[in-house]
Amino acid sequence: MSWSKKLLRVNLTDGTIKEEPTNMEWANEYLGQRGLATRYMVEEMDPKVDALSPENMLIFATGPLTGTNASTGGRYSVITKSPLTGAVACSNSGGFIGAELKFAGWDMIIFEGKAASPVYLSVYNDKAELLPADDLWGKSVWEADELLHKKHADPYLRIAAIGRSAEKGCLYAGIINDLHRAAGRSGVGTVMASKNLKAVVVRGTKGVTGVRDEAAFQNAVAAGKQVLAENAVTGQGLPTYGTQVLMNVINEVGALPTRNMREVQFEGAHNVSGEAMHEPRKTDGKPNLTTNGGCFACTIACGRISTIDPQHFSVKDKPEYQKNSGGLEYEAAWALGPDTGVDDIDALTYVNFLCNEDGMDPISFGSTVAAAMELFEEGVITTEHTGGVELKFGSAEALCWAAEVTAKGEGFGLDLGLGSKRLCEKYGRPELSMTVKGQEFPAYDPRGIQGIGLAYATSNRGACHLRGYTISSEILGIPEKTDPLESAGKAGLVKAFQDATAAVDSAGLCIFTTFAWTLDDIAPQVAAACDGEWTPERMLEVGERIWNMEREFNMRAGITAEQDNLPKRLLKDAAKVGPAAGKVNELDKMLPEYYQLRGWNENGEVTAETRARLKLPA
Amino acid sequence: MLKSLHIDPGKCTGCLQCELACSYENEKVFNPAKSRIKVFNFHDEGRFVPYTCTQCDEAWCMHACPVDAIKLNLANGSKDVHEDICVGCKVCTIACPFGTVNYNADTGKVVKCDLCGGDPKCASACPTDAITYVDAEMTGYDRMRAWAAKTDNNANAQA
Repeated sequence: MSWSKKLLRVNLTDGTIKEEPTNMEWANEYLGQRGLATRYMVEEMDPKVDALSPENMLIFATGPLTGTNASTGGRYSVITKSPLTGAVACSNSGGFIGAELKFAGWDMIIFEGKAASPVYLSVYNDKAELLPADDLWGKSVWEADELLHKKHADPYLRIAAIGRSAEKGCLYAGIINDLHRAAGRSGVGTVMASKNLKAVVVRGTKGVTGVRDEAAFQNAVAAGKQVLAENAVTGQGLPTYGTQVLMNVINEVGALPTRNMREVQFEGAHNVSGEAMHEPRKTDGKPNLTTNGGCFACTIACGRISTIDPQHFSVKDKPEYQKNSGGLEYEAAWALGPDTGVDDIDALTYVNFLCNEDGMDPISFGSTVAAAMELFEEGVITTEHTGGVELKFGSAEALCWAAEVTAKGEGFGLDLGLGSKRLCEKYGRPELSMTVKGQEFPAYDPRGIQGIGLAYATSNRGACHLRGYTISSEILGIPEKTDPLESAGKAGLVKAFQDATAAVDSAGLCIFTTFAWTLDDIAPQVAAACDGEWTPERMLEVGERIWNMEREFNMRAGITAEQDNLPKRLLKDAAKVGPAAGKVNELDKMLPEYYQLRGWNENGEVTAETRARLKLPA
Repeated sequence: MLKSLHIDPGKCTGCLQCELACSYENEKVFNPAKSRIKVFNFHDEGRFVPYTCTQCDEAWCMHACPVDAIKLNLANGSKDVHEDICVGCKVCTIACPFGTVNYNADTGKVVKCDLCGGDPKCASACPTDAITYVDAEMTGYDRMRAWAAKTDNNANAQA
């Protein structure tokens, strides 16, 4: 099978590195990556530990298809307990380092403890060592990347690192790999910083062998690629416009959260859309988008490679930001744009660059700035707090300033690094925070898209679109169209998406394949690669097992059903315009049915029957 | 008809499917480090460029080999390394102006593209047609067509 069957266990406290066999019994029950790493954490860690203490584990995990030529088979996930939510954190990233780890001969890296001073982990095939990183501490991801490539004199080294925001305690700092791919959400980078671990560098030249049935695997992989190529979303929409294909679509259906989710449509949406990224600039005639870039083995290639207008105020005297780098994805463009009321695509691209350079999750960052802008409008935050900056909705200058100070952890940037929930609590207006379980919302308004509201409320990592992307069904009609304004039937839809997603995330594949693929396309690829019978039904069962295991981790960590909730704004203040005018989210109608379908009691607890049926860990 | 690999870097997304196909076909492993085609990422410029052997007619590597281990494959025009003859002296890696012949320390032999015997797997694996296997005498036609499309038919009439 395509596993290395061994993992690295790194104890940062005593500086030891041990090799141990991957628990293949667990791989059989939890598939890999998200599921398998969480299984390790459930076994070895008390869910009540302080997320920023040495007792928290930090796991880099690949899936069985990571490193193969299955389309998008290059993913890895970072699993830990989140300092932002207190729940399980599991952030999935593409780029190239996940496959490189597999090529070096490792399925996972488990970090424990805390180093006495800054270190980084270097992995060259079998040789793994902790090396001093005192000279890297205080450097951005981009600076650290350049220094590490020079130090190792190896242009092919793959690097994942944290930025200055994480070092300064920003609670939504991610881990950036390959310069602009991110294990972005829930503060996994903050945990890495708390361990004094600056970077992980990997070079693997062994490759992946041992696929169980080579001919069947190549057939399944080829069939899968053909489905992606022939699908309108994965074959045309995503390569051409990236996920930004959604900006105008979501605005039109009246579900584009605007100005801290007070409104549901944004007058400047087109200016920051995927279409706008193709339009030539007046100054130099070049469009924002240079080309599209693919992650490892990805035949979709939704990634944006962009430049900023060299004449734009944000970069005018900064040649280092006038080069190409990772451009705007939809969620980032929304959080930095409509949610803050800014429709300046160059400002958004600049802030996106800074988020990549210093590791802020752009969704949480943008949403936190949006909350701060509302607090400013309300007169709670003033220019005294901001050092004179007018933190107004729609101000591109204020947005760029906010990113600069948060990236470096300076002044008011430390407040912004708290995230929306703690910021609003600090300034006495908790109701203005658009979060679930302390994590900021992504780019779909649950008043105009009912099912996604339930998905946000019940997501195991706080508000998140990637834990059950019902937008596929409610807006895009994949696999079948459901009415976005209707809450009936959404409980089952959300459960189905959540379970399937957990399985896809655990396979080493990208969730974007599921615009075209169902588990019928994925299971044959897994089955040909791995031992045992992998049917779509079994994958769904594994997904459900993972979901319930995560739920139990959270409940044991102290999270209750009360937190399966949405902010009052989305439950009480009806949308004023667009197709969803007059609607609030009908969470109360969906949640009881969801609990019932999940096999949970009215307190949202996994029942003994469900535990037994899914064979959950004790 | 002689065919050759044709590379259009403008279409490349840097996904490395070509490298995986190459290493799998030739070494039975998914391993870019064992690929004979390489994709280079010029990050700051936003450019990805696949590069491999272009099968020169008067191949420097073939002429430089002291033991005649690199031979013309008459069927498809590729210059193939015969492992049973190669002594791993690496003179060909010095002779090749493009760097597309390289040494494999595991086998002690050199490796280079052999067009997979006339069915190059990098081309069939490429999702964007950045790598195609086409009539060697027509590799420029697509680009000519693109420029032809921009030609103004009425330019002279109006002059």
